Amino acid sequence: MIFVEDKEIVIPGDILADEEYNSGRGTFKENDNVCSSLVGLVAIRDKKISVIPLQSKYIPKRGDVVIGEVTDIRFSMWNLDINSPYSGFLPASDVFGKEKRELNRTFDIGDVLFLRVVDVDEVKKVKLGLKGRGLGKFRGGILINITPTKVPRLIGKKGSMINMIKDETRCEVIVGQNGVVWVKGDPAMERVAEKVINMIEEQAHTSGLTDRVRDMLAKLLGREPESSEDSEEDSEDESEDFELEESGSEETNEDEGINSNEG
Amino acid sequence: MVRIVPEIIKESVTNLVKNGERTDGRAFDEYREISLETGIIEKAEGSARVKIGNTQIVIGTKPQIGTPFNDTPNVGVLMTNTELLPMAAPNFESGPPDENSVELSRVTDRCIREGKVVDLEKLCIVEGEKVWMVFLDLHVVDYDGNLMDAAVLGSVAALKNTKLPSTKVEDGEVVLDYDNMIPLPINDSALMTTFAKIGGELIIDPSLEEEEVMGARLSVGITEDGSICAMQKGGGKPLNKEEILKAVSVAKVKTAELRTLIP
Amino acid sequence: MIIIITNTNLSTGTETSGRANERAFDALRNIKIEAGVLERADGSAYLEMGGNKVLAAVYGPRELFVRRLMQPNKAVLRCKYNMAPFSVDDRKRPGPDRRSVEISKIASEALTPAVFVEKFPRSTIDVYIEVLEAEGGTRCAGITAASVALADAGIPMRDMVVACAAGKSDGKVILDLSEVEDKEGEADLPIAMMPRTGDITLLQMDGHLTEEEFGQALDLAINGCKIINEEQKKAIKNRYGD
Repeated sequence: MIFVEDKEIVIPGDILADEEYNSGRGTFKENDNVCSSLVGLVAIRDKKISVIPLQSKYIPKRGDVVIGEVTDIRFSMWNLDINSPYSGFLPASDVFGKEKRELNRTFDIGDVLFLRVVDVDEVKKVKLGLKGRGLGKFRGGILINITPTKVPRLIGKKGSMINMIKDETRCEVIVGQNGVVWVKGDPAMERVAEKVINMIEEQAHTSGLTDRVRDMLAKLLGREPESSEDSEEDSEDESEDFELEESGSEETNEDEGINSNEG
Repeated sequence: MVRIVPEIIKESVTNLVKNGERTDGRAFDEYREISLETGIIEKAEGSARVKIGNTQIVIGTKPQIGTPFNDTPNVGVLMTNTELLPMAAPNFESGPPDENSVELSRVTDRCIREGKVVDLEKLCIVEGEKVWMVFLDLHVVDYDGNLMDAAVLGSVAALKNTKLPSTKVEDGEVVLDYDNMIPLPINDSALMTTFAKIGGELIIDPSLEEEEVMGARLSVGITEDGSICAMQKGGGKPLNKEEILKAVSVAKVKTAELRTLIP
Repeated sequence: MIIIITNTNLSTGTETSGRANERAFDALRNIKIEAGVLERADGSAYLEMGGNKVLAAVYGPRELFVRRLMQPNKAVLRCKYNMAPFSVDDRKRPGPDRRSVEISKIASEALTPAVFVEKFPRSTIDVYIEVLEAEGGTRCAGITAASVALADAGIPMRDMVVACAAGKSDGKVILDLSEVEDKEGEADLPIAMMPRTGDITLLQMDGHLTEEEFGQALDLAINGCKIINEEQKKAIKNRYGD
């Protein structure tokens, strides 16, 4: 039996369902009941209930692509702030191979890089890497911070939302899974993109967002809002939106299961 | 009190300014949204809550009977203290006032004292023995740039909001009558406008980002009749004479505008 | 020497036989909670209860730089309770006094059991409680607000934590003592609990109560907590208002 509705806002401690349901992300089991551990939106898929958080920190996972800032240079590595409780390190060997070079000539403190999370150990030490297509140092542009759980909403189904922003503003846009977004283009367009991205972050938990984003872009770019011929496509987007939150960064509920039995 | 600002941000903020623009679209001489409420803490004899943008300070005044300073036996005392609370910014730490907190207290105090905001002579009760000591306590709860202007604006509002019990001296003892409260004697409302130098230009009311990028800062305190009562330059880079004179003339206009906000 | 004259100073409910404003023995003072009130903090809440005005803010989980406090397998939750100099009748000197240090400790111990700290090894969750105006029961107000701030920050918790005090004044066991009732009363019993499970995470008592009175006071406080918990829920949901 379920006690809440899909997309309902719940708070930590709320009882969501009884033993008929399985515990997904953002929930834990207690005495067979599924309870919420977060402030967020209920997401029900078959017999699994999850809670999509409205606010969270980025916890690095292997395979994620992230945007980080160099904050320190050590003997054979750079330390980076990746917008997380855990900082990451980039080994010099990743960049230089066997040659020894002066690290700060390549990347200096304050540089912003696009990196991959290579490994995360049990105490959350984060190893970063630059090998891969498109990874490397950013030049120019601006940075925008959003809540990491809203990244899938910003990207949209098959990239539909982010591509709309890129096309309309003619900017390059790169979204790190850690909630940092890089935008580069004409300075006025950069600010348009920034406004739109901030709006998406504020309203990520609401429906009808795609239309409002399209309208906002049109307004900021001084055009008439387009007709809603694409409305069928949009409603497909909407229903899939919250499921996207789970992919790529799903934590096992084993962690939470163990915790709830303690003490 | 400084975090490492990404080069990208430094460049984009500076380039915008060189083009006559700011990241939030404001003009160089435009303040962010300001809100000012008084009388919000009943236990304080005077209080105010000031917001400039997201910078927020709660201010309370607590008068006490005390002894005057030796060299000014017939004059009341004003004591200003600032707490840069750790909740106000991720890099603020708990502990006794650091150099930024002390500077903010002293500059605010100077502006109020030299601007003769409070008529300290009227605070004398028994010459050489008993005077009113007014404690002005600033509680910074949210830091988003430009604490100085908020501090002075809020302090003047709190002082104007302050009421003291009336006093009588009977048989060598001071009698406080809380049933007959009188307003703190106020002469003037000196206020401050702060400028940041970025990319060779002076802009007022720097946001957090602008403060992180700026080379130098200048705060100018102006009285009701347009005289200068306090100034403080900050930051590691220099200012030239023309800039300073221009700042003074802009400050005269802007502080007059701010003054209309005080209830 | 200073003499103070006052005819109508504080409303002293205990001067008459009833409570101030004719409050029932089991009624709470007016309460108002708002979530997400600060810009820089990860989570925040503002709470008013009677004449209490409390601001709570949370940063975290975040990197912990004081290595000797670091736990390899979980986050540490540090709480700092502080009173503004202008929050009380006689100005309080800035800085922690012994009372604030004690309250910081027990507040931290009241909140920690609710948080899934094992999910964030080697990090810290910093909770700041700032009393802007005090009128009896600031530690309970602070913990209640802190719990909303933790939830607002997206920190995973088993349950909210809610706090409330009961006690005895004028010979009667009552709920939610005002400042006057606390000063002039016979007993004060603040508690904090996790409402779903009934687990109690803070318990202090000072004064004089018989075993029976203690049982009554405890029940009053527990019920009070449940009511306040509804206000916490409302505050969080209103933040994301429809």
